[in-house]
Amino acid sequence: MALEPSDVQRAAHLARLAMNDADATGYVDDLGRILAMVDQLQEVDTDGVAPLAHPLDTTQRLRADEVTERDQRDHFQRVAPAVENGLYLVPRVVE
Amino acid sequence: MHDKTLTQLARALADGETSSRELTETLLGRIDRLDGRLNSFISVTHEQALAAADAADALRAKGQAGPLTGLPLALKDIFCTNGVKTSCGSKMLDNFIAPYDATVVEKLNAAGTVSLGKTNMDEFAMGSSNENSHYGPVKNPWDLNAVPGGSSGGSAAAVAAGLVPAAMGTDTGGSIRQPAAFCGITGLKPTYGRVSRYGIIAYASSLDQAGPMARSAEDCALLLGTIAGHDLRDSTSVARGVPDYTAELGESLSGLKIGLPKEYFGDGLAPEVEQAVREAIKVYESLGASVHEVSLPHTHYAIPAYYVIAPAEASSNLSRYDGVRFGHRCDAPSDLIDLYKRSRDEGFGEEVKRRILIGTHTLSEGFFDAYYTKAQQVRRLIRQDFIDAFEEVDVLMGPASPTPAFDLGANKDPVSMYLQDIYTIAVNLAGIPGISVPAGFAGQRPIGLQILGPHFAESQLLNVAHQFQQATDWHQRRPALAEESA
Repeated sequence: MALEPSDVQRAAHLARLAMNDADATGYVDDLGRILAMVDQLQEVDTDGVAPLAHPLDTTQRLRADEVTERDQRDHFQRVAPAVENGLYLVPRVVE
Repeated sequence: MHDKTLTQLARALADGETSSRELTETLLGRIDRLDGRLNSFISVTHEQALAAADAADALRAKGQAGPLTGLPLALKDIFCTNGVKTSCGSKMLDNFIAPYDATVVEKLNAAGTVSLGKTNMDEFAMGSSNENSHYGPVKNPWDLNAVPGGSSGGSAAAVAAGLVPAAMGTDTGGSIRQPAAFCGITGLKPTYGRVSRYGIIAYASSLDQAGPMARSAEDCALLLGTIAGHDLRDSTSVARGVPDYTAELGESLSGLKIGLPKEYFGDGLAPEVEQAVREAIKVYESLGASVHEVSLPHTHYAIPAYYVIAPAEASSNLSRYDGVRFGHRCDAPSDLIDLYKRSRDEGFGEEVKRRILIGTHTLSEGFFDAYYTKAQQVRRLIRQDFIDAFEEVDVLMGPASPTPAFDLGANKDPVSMYLQDIYTIAVNLAGIPGISVPAGFAGQRPIGLQILGPHFAESQLLNVAHQFQQATDWHQRRPALAEESA
């Protein structure tokens, strides 16, 4: 599947990565060759093979829905770029 | 003192020949003197190390020392360490002081070990040469023109150079075993789920696993016993007892069946690597093992499957770096989307962005089944190859890497760099354990023998490696740089 700069722009937007047209063109070649390498998977007959999500083929354990962590908001917010009154500050979203 | 194994140092501490304080000061001095040439550390934690060493000595004075009390080591900068910068080799986390300890760190601290600092690595563990670090490349102590391997390149170089007797690494596609091979040390990737991933900065969660890097298999056994075990805070950690991994060291290899996967001795394997591996296998035959050819027919598809699954998981895991809660934030964002996009563009390096883009693309609407579902199906076939092989033989052996350490700057093309991991990557997809042990040299550059075992066969794997190290002295070789007195 050939890759176009618009595909790169689309992925960059979905991944929330700033990307100008020059950057996108630069990535087309590398990403295109990676995808061409990956496309070798299509040679493998996988009819009737169940996808493997976990190397031990087990499912996630469940636990009771109980609070097990103590509140450490102030401690954790110490590494935040901008906080006020326990809230994370971001540019205004709603006018 | 700097060239001793953990086991030897533990004895020296127990016999009162040295103190943790003395050991720690000696090694910190070596780091200060030598690491300018290697760049193996991102942070050296002098004060915390000396305080931990004094605490260990005090514990010993009270007769309360355990087997690891007072032993120095280093941590790859991917392990969250309370109160210490944990950068993961990225500009994104250059300002991140971890507010808690990873389970591995907690267990090592509880055992009384002394961390000297955080080692350099490829950014977010994405790389095979340590050239993708925001903090600059690490040099191989055997040859400063060579890479140390990656992504745990700082850990491997620090152990090889005699800066620490052991270090913790992580391995998602070979990131413990390949740098161990390139630097002439012993590195173990345990079975997926054997060691808790809690507090280890996530790259690809279905593949990531932490393990020890040290100067002998015996030391790896000692460390694995300390860090392994079930953890309620990692739902993928396995609820299974932790054996004494040193207990089987010393068992005879008579009757051991070794499988040589024919796909691991094909095109692209450097002749000097093949020769060293075949010599090592002769040593095993002399120890009573038998050798059988086996096939892992889907080997060729491991790298393609990995480069769908790992970037897909990475694109999801790395979405947490949003410039809001921690990590890098761009200046003067105009709106929320601008904040996300520029913070991430500025904080991530090239290779990380490449993998995020690949993962985002393959998971996006219209591509998911052709890439992700297909890769997961192939993953099952790759895992089945190993399960079938272990019906026939006890362990598999082959090279850890197709070549010895390559020159810094030699592999500019991402796809050719990815192909370097041909012998290690399938192991993560299958979730089985693997160890690399020193097995010779190509000129000055070390060569690693990789030994693979079935799920949870670490005890046997460690003994198979240990017996080789009783019969050979490759693991005792030290680079000239480590012996400089300067």
